[in-house]
Amino acid sequence: MTAPPRGVLAGTAAEPGVAKPDPLLVVDRVGKAFGGIQAVDVEHLEVQRGVITGLIGPNGAGKTTLFNLLTGFDRADTGTWSFDGRAVAGLAAHRLARRGMVRTFQLTKVLGRLTVLENMKLGATGQRGERLVPALLRPAWRRQEAAIERRADVLLARFKLDAMRDAYAGYLSGGQRKLLEVARALMVEPTMVMLDEPMAGVNPALRQSLLGQITDLADGGTSVLFVEHDMDVVMRISDWVVCMAQGQVIAEGPPSSILGNRAVIDAYLGSQHDEPGLGEQP
Amino acid sequence: MDILVILGDAGRAALGPQAAIYALAAIGLNIHFGYTGLLNLGQVGFMLVGAYGVAITVATFGGPLWAGVLVGLACAVVLAILLGIPTLRLRADYLAIATIAAGEVLRLTYNAGFAQPVTGGVYGLQQFAGSFYATNPISPGSYGVGRLVYSERDLWVMVVGWGAVALATLGLFLLIRSPWGRVLRSVREDEDAARSLGKNVFGYKMQSLILGGVLGALGGMLLAVDTQAVAPNTFNPVVTFYLYTLLILGGAGRVLGPALGSVIFWFLLLFIDSALLQAIGAGYIPAEVLSPSDVGALRFALVGLALVLLLAFRPAGILGNPREMRLEAGAAGTPRRRRKSTQAGSDRERGVAR
Ligand SMILES: Nc1ncnc2c1ncn2[C@@H]1O[C@H](COP(=O)(O)OP(=O)(O)OP(=O)(O)O)[C@@H](O)[C@H]1O
Ligand SMILES: [Mg+2]
Repeated sequence: MTAPPRGVLAGTAAEPGVAKPDPLLVVDRVGKAFGGIQAVDVEHLEVQRGVITGLIGPNGAGKTTLFNLLTGFDRADTGTWSFDGRAVAGLAAHRLARRGMVRTFQLTKVLGRLTVLENMKLGATGQRGERLVPALLRPAWRRQEAAIERRADVLLARFKLDAMRDAYAGYLSGGQRKLLEVARALMVEPTMVMLDEPMAGVNPALRQSLLGQITDLADGGTSVLFVEHDMDVVMRISDWVVCMAQGQVIAEGPPSSILGNRAVIDAYLGSQHDEPGLGEQP
Repeated sequence: MDILVILGDAGRAALGPQAAIYALAAIGLNIHFGYTGLLNLGQVGFMLVGAYGVAITVATFGGPLWAGVLVGLACAVVLAILLGIPTLRLRADYLAIATIAAGEVLRLTYNAGFAQPVTGGVYGLQQFAGSFYATNPISPGSYGVGRLVYSERDLWVMVVGWGAVALATLGLFLLIRSPWGRVLRSVREDEDAARSLGKNVFGYKMQSLILGGVLGALGGMLLAVDTQAVAPNTFNPVVTFYLYTLLILGGAGRVLGPALGSVIFWFLLLFIDSALLQAIGAGYIPAEVLSPSDVGALRFALVGLALVLLLAFRPAGILGNPREMRLEAGAAGTPRRRRKSTQAGSDRERGVAR
């Protein structure tokens, strides 16, 4: 079902750290420890431009932490990474977002006392009215604001949030918040969206449409990196899957190669055996 | 006991210079706290540097009044930057601690012996606003009806003061409904979300701190001009808490909240004051129970009580939007009524099971 332009990874070997034909994001030796535990320890990872990359791994594998490091929300202990050919390690989060690397949060962060529409409009970049002096002069930004609002309305309709347009975002349900966050991230017009569990808590019908949105995005040229626990979803829409465990990339490859991968099975089963707290053989 | 006298006293305070001064400083606080979520507990420090900027420039160095105003504004900007740089990247609590400390440090420094040649120390500075009153276009006399009268001097301060309040309110109104205001409110709601959308959160917080601080300084200048005197102990931390009181009373995060809050605050304060004095004078309250000198303290206790009642029944303030209020931190989007009813529902279920 993968569209031809997204089939570019067909000839790429399924091994951790493998080079991609046209990498958008290149990560090198990025590490982060919290106290005793090494939450992230990624030797080398490349994310291909224009495709959907799924990031999987058991709970606590370091997926969210890796997102936080790459997007500037947390400081890496070591390592460098580049985005779109430019080194971006250490850049402030808002600068990374403006460069086109936009993330959503596993624990949604909607702006409760802003309306749904205001949440959306906030996402647009380069707004003249966001500077202090032009802000006072409505004619200086009214046109742009109207264009932003049209764009927001189109997205809200696509995400089935148009009925909630003028409600405070704080009154949205958990699943609606997830949708709003994804839609809002798209207002930034990102080169790459990084979605942290976008489907969690979204009902099956909306899930279908959200999946459709994500594939449409990739077809439109936006790169997608998403974290997801639902294997069905990962297998269906990913062009490439990366699996993390204990902070490291333990496997990557096309979806079909991941299901039977020994390291992946061990990581998931290992983590399940871990749960009762019995400890694990090294 | 004459209700007209009481109403006259209260009304005079509600519209007088003091109310305009507090309204102006509270508009600044509204930008900080109401719209950006910055817990500035040292707004009085901004008032102090504004007031002394004028007083020192004119009284100590013999400069013109307009230069004093510029100095006061510049001091407020510098203070905001000094406070903001170390704290605005940290959690909200740090700004609160830094601002309350800065206010006190400023007061004590201006009070200190070594500063006396410049600031006048504990005695402060006087008679520096002559040129302000010299430009008063209102002819001498008293204006008003009944007990609600003002001198031409008061009236001139009021015209300038309420004029400034109106301008600041209009400016805030324009800013808040602009995309700039939207970013500010998003910072109040969730900084990280704003950052993830490419907004320079630190920059916006700094703009907010400066803008609100400048309004605080303007309030301080007006206070200095109104009384023709500054002394460090006018600028007690309690002033900041009055500002918070009237801001929350009027409605934080509402454009008209500070102005309305200030008018009501001063009305209540003087109403109680005047009513108590009248009651003592008429013998309704025996002098052994309450002497006229205790009224000053008691009126604040009663105002506090009135505010507690008001906030218990209308927590969003007078202008607040209750729907929005329910979304404050902790409520997590569940309207209170709904929370209560689910609670009641589960109680009922348990009752049935038993
Ligand atoms: N701020 C923090 N302080 C201390 N430890 C942390 C912090 N953030 C994450 N960790 C730890 O780092 C490890 C990786 O956490 P992370 O949230 O990245 O996992 P994840 O792969 O996103 O898991 P999940 O699928 O459950 O969301 C975990 O062991 C977690 O406890
Ligand atoms: Mg996670």
